Amino acid sequence: MSSLRSITLATLAKDIRLEWRSKDAINSMLFFSLLVVVIFSFSFDPNAEESRQIAGGLIWVAFLFAAVVALNQTWARELRNQVLDAYRVSPAPANALFTAKVLGNFFLVSLLEALMAPLFMIFYNLRALGPAWQLIPVALLGTWALVVNGTFFAAMSLRTRSREIMLPLLLFPISIPAVQSMVEATRIILSGDGAARFWIVLLLTYDVVFTTACLALFETVLQAE
Amino acid sequence: MTVSASEIPAAAGIISVRNLIKQFGRFAALRGVTADFDAGKFHAILGDNGAGKTTLLRALAGLADPTRGTVAILGKNPREACREIGYMAHPSLLYDEMSGMENLRYFARLYDIAGDARCQQVIRSVGLDPELSRPIGQYSQGMRQRMSLARAILHDPKILLLDEPFSNVDVHSAQEMVGLLKHMRDAGKTIFVVTHQAALLEGVADEFIWMQAGQIVDRTPQLSAEHSGAGAQ
Repeated sequence: MSSLRSITLATLAKDIRLEWRSKDAINSMLFFSLLVVVIFSFSFDPNAEESRQIAGGLIWVAFLFAAVVALNQTWARELRNQVLDAYRVSPAPANALFTAKVLGNFFLVSLLEALMAPLFMIFYNLRALGPAWQLIPVALLGTWALVVNGTFFAAMSLRTRSREIMLPLLLFPISIPAVQSMVEATRIILSGDGAARFWIVLLLTYDVVFTTACLALFETVLQAE
Repeated sequence: MTVSASEIPAAAGIISVRNLIKQFGRFAALRGVTADFDAGKFHAILGDNGAGKTTLLRALAGLADPTRGTVAILGKNPREACREIGYMAHPSLLYDEMSGMENLRYFARLYDIAGDARCQQVIRSVGLDPELSRPIGQYSQGMRQRMSLARAILHDPKILLLDEPFSNVDVHSAQEMVGLLKHMRDAGKTIFVVTHQAALLEGVADEFIWMQAGQIVDRTPQLSAEHSGAGAQ
């Protein structure tokens, strides 16, 4: 267990160091999200009530698309110089690699959300009429849902020729229940129409089920040729 | 297909390969390789491009699952024996954005090696400076190959599997690497080197293994003129 934890932390630290030096993923994600915010705010001119109804969908779709950039990047650097083979021939557990990648992506996407959320609030003139604190569990659970599946499917599509296309094809359909939960919960909290509890519990269940499934299957994916 | 230890026949040598077949789609890269390899020997694997040398090495390392047949390393399947195997591929298997020491520090964690002492020791043993702070991406090809060798020997494995360790390396550096490998063989390591530069290993390798069309066609104690056209330059 200590080995699993120490290898997970070493891999996470290595990934953050590589991202800090290259800034490949965070720059692409920020630029993409910024474009979505600006273009949509100029394309539509919603009033405050309309904003509350559509903002949930807009925010989460922007983050979903932006996350795909980070998810592809996280494995692309393991393919350069075939470094992944060095991990595969080592006694290190496959789940340490997967957990580190998920935590790294979670950190990156959360950072993006923390930077972009104020901009969304300003550009769309948003103010929550429901319990605003509930946006925190929605964001945490929703982000986890995106990155845990995204990291897994990005690993699966590693050895395919057009992995940039393959990842969204695999990830988006399976993320529909999570995305719907995030969008509905965010809409309810922003508009104050009812309680978001059902959607938050659904998100939590989704996270538990898919995290377990991904952890159980990752070794097979890692060792596949 | 992963082979369980119970399916593996009693090993005659430190590495035992039985009827090893590896197919990629319709293409058979290995066509029924059967061989035993002794411990503490230096084996040079030679052959033309596409002869199956790299695939054989990857199968020994546990990176290519056999389509049929078995590979036993010290009586275990390669993944169970991974602590005893050091693998160096044609690409460096290193992160270009990190320095040599940072790379080795990370890989040391994968083998539960604590502290920097071992990393510094192996970097010095391949003739590099552990204090070198520039990233691997800025190393010369020769330095990269040496650092790649340092990564492969980091956990002091009994068996070394090296794929083209002398490619793109100048003659002097290649001879230094051969000297290091000879020293390791003398210290009891079992070494496999896939190379097209067989002449470098003349008088050093204990055995030359000749591969052709996915099969071992000959094993000789010296470079033979008969096969000199088959990958030996």
